[in-house]
Amino acid sequence: MALAQTQAAGANKLKLMICDDSNIIRRKIERELKIDRLQVIATASNGRLAVEAFKKEPADVVTMDITMPEMDGIECVEKLVAIKPDVLILVISALADKATAIEALKKGANGFLCKPFTDRQLTEALEELLRGADHDDQG
Amino acid sequence: MMTKVELETFVEGTTHYFETAAHQPASVGSPYIVHEGKPTVQEFTGVISIAGKRRGIVYFTASRPMLTVMLMRMGETELTQENMVDLVGEVANTISGNARRDFGKDFMISIPTVVAGEPEKVAPPNNVRSFVIPINWRSHSAQLVVCLE
Repeated sequence: MALAQTQAAGANKLKLMICDDSNIIRRKIERELKIDRLQVIATASNGRLAVEAFKKEPADVVTMDITMPEMDGIECVEKLVAIKPDVLILVISALADKATAIEALKKGANGFLCKPFTDRQLTEALEELLRGADHDDQG
Repeated sequence: MMTKVELETFVEGTTHYFETAAHQPASVGSPYIVHEGKPTVQEFTGVISIAGKRRGIVYFTASRPMLTVMLMRMGETELTQENMVDLVGEVANTISGNARRDFGKDFMISIPTVVAGEPEKVAPPNNVRSFVIPINWRSHSAQLVVCLE
């Protein structure tokens, strides 16, 4: 429901925020984003800055690193979900262990992509995230 | 004594990064052991510290020309010092992630730190042999150094 409303109001674009402490990863995600319905509205280099940006303008979709200074991705996921429960969060992390993925999902993330990733893997992961949300809206 | 499987985890983490992020596989050169003194440290080095079942450091060290070409292959146009620091950090991050996945709780693995241009700040433990694994990519050579008790 919320996603459908946002799309109608926002010229059919969903708002995306990129949160990663690596400049090259933030720029890579922006550069390789090949999903027309997503529009980058903010980038943040740590969890604290992501929460601040999210309070000013909540995104519909967030890509979230885990290991970051000041506030890590797990804590940030929890805070973003508290602000906007239907936000879609794709965790993108080099921490490839199951425990990290499970913890992120428990806090409210919706998907997990391991670093390093190709542009195709990024696109597929985001499309899967959006398909899941579309399915939930219809259900 | 470090096992072959343990060593392979670190090597696989490194080569996987080249293949996936830089779109071109790296080849692994003949490993060698440094018995005395300090192994090679190039201009940019991503270091992870390890404690628990094994203690010491693992680092990936590369030259500016190599990182420049890697960034270009990744589609990055800003070939800055900051992005080179970022890049070795990301390689080390991938090595660290692989190790956490494969070794589990037996190893406590730190978040990577990056040393740029100050080789004396890369400090392997004393009296420990270092395994040096050359990572060859295009015309460049980086080193993966595993220095664990």
